Amino acid sequence: MSEATLDQTTTTNAQPKAARFAVFGTSFLLGLVLPVTAGLLYEAAFRAGLVQARLLPPPSRVFTTLWKLAQSGELATHVLATTVRVGMGFGLGALVGMLLGALTGASRNARRLLDPTLQALRAIPSLAWVPLFILWLGIFESSKIALIAVGVFFPVYLGVMAAIANVDRKIVEVGRVFRLSRLALVRRVLLPAILPDFIIAIRSGLGLGFMFVVAAEIMGASEGLGYLLVDGQQLGKPDQILAAIIAFAVLGKIGDWLIVVLTKPFLTWQDTHQRGA
Amino acid sequence: MLTIDALCKIYPNGTQALEKISLNVDAGEIVALVGGSGCGKTTLLRMISGLEAPTRGHAALDGEVIHAPHPAVGIVFQEARLLPWLTVAQNISFGLDHLPKDEQERRVDEALLRVGLAGYGNRWPRELSGGQAQRVSIVRALVTQPKALLLDEPFSALDALTRESLQDHLLALWETHRPTLVLVTHDVEEAVALADRAIVLQPKPGRIFADIPIDLPRPRDRLSPEFAEAKRLVLKALDGSINQPHSHQAGRVQSPAAGGSF
Repeated sequence: MSEATLDQTTTTNAQPKAARFAVFGTSFLLGLVLPVTAGLLYEAAFRAGLVQARLLPPPSRVFTTLWKLAQSGELATHVLATTVRVGMGFGLGALVGMLLGALTGASRNARRLLDPTLQALRAIPSLAWVPLFILWLGIFESSKIALIAVGVFFPVYLGVMAAIANVDRKIVEVGRVFRLSRLALVRRVLLPAILPDFIIAIRSGLGLGFMFVVAAEIMGASEGLGYLLVDGQQLGKPDQILAAIIAFAVLGKIGDWLIVVLTKPFLTWQDTHQRGA
Repeated sequence: MLTIDALCKIYPNGTQALEKISLNVDAGEIVALVGGSGCGKTTLLRMISGLEAPTRGHAALDGEVIHAPHPAVGIVFQEARLLPWLTVAQNISFGLDHLPKDEQERRVDEALLRVGLAGYGNRWPRELSGGQAQRVSIVRALVTQPKALLLDEPFSALDALTRESLQDHLLALWETHRPTLVLVTHDVEEAVALADRAIVLQPKPGRIFADIPIDLPRPRDRLSPEFAEAKRLVLKALDGSINQPHSHQAGRVQSPAAGGSF
């Protein structure tokens, strides 16, 4: 039939690896232009004595502090503490959000029963739970993980519920025609159909997880990147605050990137306008 | 044999889609359901498939009443409805889960060969043209070797050339196991090219208006006078079915007072 069109699709698909990497490299470098230029300008202004750097230290000083923290092993301790908290809170929140979202998305009765309550709970600013969590779970790890889990839960729950409820009836009918059991329908049709939306839900969940770990650590912790922030404020060390912020940015980016990279092999079938870009 | 017995469908909002449809289709027969839009031909097909339940009456295959999708009844929809996350080969073997892997592979390869898509097994559905996708959809329904295959306007979204070639493909596939085919179409030419019988439905509520045998030898010559004559007969019945409902409708809603004024 239309062999020509097909060949075209395959060629754009099988773009040489090197070429694709070059494209990736260019867009990566382009993204760096703005922050690097701003940093260099500020550094230059500082060296020329044009700015007072007491409150906003120049990049060189921030990176020196970061390097010192790394060398003393302090940075690793804080990063580890934060990562463990986010990991546990994210795991818990995402798991519960996924299960409840799948339940309310697939069953109208479950949605009628559960969703109004969950939506009401969602309307509460999550930080309002902090005093209660501290009363219930103490000031140590449990209350922090609970807070992060709450933050992660809602985007994952909403995303999964909406995705399952929006799966195309026509696709579900194919499963019915082949007489799939309810479980097989979930496994062979619903789950693969929602995978792209599920990944987006997980990514926004992880983003909120990082937001809430900062809140939890600012409110009382003896280690963690959030602790570095508070410590820097109390001791008047803006370079330490900025170092912690940079560490947060890197950590969050790595987490998000891991989700994207680990799930990519499962999404090669997608027919989107930016495929391969 | 496919038996449809006094089948009625009334939707919850009160619309009567079908009124007492009775129809027998012999094993291996090809029947085309023809009718204007809203005559309930798709609804009828969905009830034979078991995807929708009739309000009264039933459809049965070899005496077995169809309540839910039946293993011996396949269906092809207007859209190919391939699962985009499965390759072409995985889509075709979607209903073959119960068979051993090598048997699945054998059937898939044979099916691809028969519809001229050999070597396309590892493509994604997005890489197929509309006609190719519909061919995959047809063999997906046929590899389970159903006794009856239902087709809901399967070629209506395709251009005329592709449509004709797919009709030929369908007939060639039908030749192997000779399943019963029930084909919903609004294309009279398609009905005459494929079917042994054209059932013309009339709308509001959907009923059988005419049952026209098409006794032309296969392969059919679309340019022959006999073909044109069969087309003319079906078209004429179709015209009649569309002009009919008004008088019928008036008769139905007539109040006693209005009736007296006639």
